[in-house]
Amino acid sequence: MDATRRGFLAAAGLSAAQDLAHAQDQNHDHDHQVVPSDPALRVKALESLLVEKGLVDRAALDLLVDRFENKVGPRNGARVVARAWVDPAYKKRLLTDAPSAIAELGYTSGQGEHMLVVENGPKIHNLVVCTLCSCYPWAVLGLPPVWYKSTAYRSRAVIDPRGVLREFGTELDDDVEIHVWDSTAELRYIVLPERPARTENLSEEQLAALVTRDAMVGVSRVQPPGAFA
Amino acid sequence: MNGVHDVGGLQDMGPVQHEKEEPVFHAPWEGRIYGIDRALRFIGKWNLDAWRHQIELLPPADYFRMTYYERWLQVNEQLAVKHGLVSPKELETGLPDQDSAKATPALTAAIAAKRLGRGIPSSHDPAIPPRFQVGQRVRARNMNPTGHTRLPRYARAKQGIITHDHGVYLFPDTNAHFQGEKRQHVYSVRFAARELWGPTASPRDSVHLDMWDDYLEHA
Repeated sequence: MDATRRGFLAAAGLSAAQDLAHAQDQNHDHDHQVVPSDPALRVKALESLLVEKGLVDRAALDLLVDRFENKVGPRNGARVVARAWVDPAYKKRLLTDAPSAIAELGYTSGQGEHMLVVENGPKIHNLVVCTLCSCYPWAVLGLPPVWYKSTAYRSRAVIDPRGVLREFGTELDDDVEIHVWDSTAELRYIVLPERPARTENLSEEQLAALVTRDAMVGVSRVQPPGAFA
Repeated sequence: MNGVHDVGGLQDMGPVQHEKEEPVFHAPWEGRIYGIDRALRFIGKWNLDAWRHQIELLPPADYFRMTYYERWLQVNEQLAVKHGLVSPKELETGLPDQDSAKATPALTAAIAAKRLGRGIPSSHDPAIPPRFQVGQRVRARNMNPTGHTRLPRYARAKQGIITHDHGVYLFPDTNAHFQGEKRQHVYSVRFAARELWGPTASPRDSVHLDMWDDYLEHA
């Protein structure tokens, strides 16, 4: 059977793995004999092939994984927010030229996209989404969580932002304006949340510890210290 | 392309599943395909727009069935074959073809680090004038291209107001197909929620989309 299948594949003049996948659909029992269907095995095979062919050094992959698994994450964005809360001049720079203001704290994008910071207020709430794929401000928030990339969030954030916010426990009064930012181009958005009450005596570092990823995407507010999230 | 990726406004996708203490990668292979993806993009045979379009070309049932990083795996295999980095046979066997020359130089950790730290290209280019001004009322074109586009269906033929000129960017509709960069201005356009969704939407809410010059016409 396998030889027949290989013949079929060759005869079809396949040039792309997508076609291979289609062929597998018609011949399900043999999936595992041609391409391992387990993504872990497929990734392993692809990696060793690329390394064997001299295209990529394994150390380059290690570095890329480590950077985004361990070095870049929402703590970066939290520091930006806390600085803006304590330093009005910094906040002004952040709102007018976010890439430079963020670079002041040592974070650079390296991805070719520009940053914008949108500010929440008592009557304005901002929410960030990418309806077409998964655009997200990696440089300051790291890689997006699964829910941000899910069809549920991407589809409803634009048509039913209040319903989505409610699912995150964020109730907004009817007179609050919601601004949804659909990241359709190479601009990346983070929300500057409102500084919570009872934080006058906190240091910048203590403030940063209050700032969550979800607040910087706009699905929740920053809670005062000791509050139940 | 009016593909399944263009999900803005769908209503039957269920509640948002929020995972507490979520890890960056849920399995080691997710991290590895992430690294492979970035590394292959650095090699430069394809651009980000072409990559996005390859995701959009996944058969709809596969798109919904696959996890996020399974899509990445699938399109990296496809693009690596399509652009000649690996042969279909190599992908099938996981071994280099006997007659294949070893590529040099490999993408090293030093090159990857340098690429990650590279500054962002300027969006300032006085040689390319904007077609629209901040404060102008515009209409998103009613267009249904069969190739890549970043104009979501839910905004087409709707009217909004330009709130910001972001400067000049590559045009994804041509760049994704290697048909030129066609650099042009990108604007933030604010659409009232009621313009997009009708009278059941809040009169106070709005959605901002980033729009290229070629997506807009005077309203």
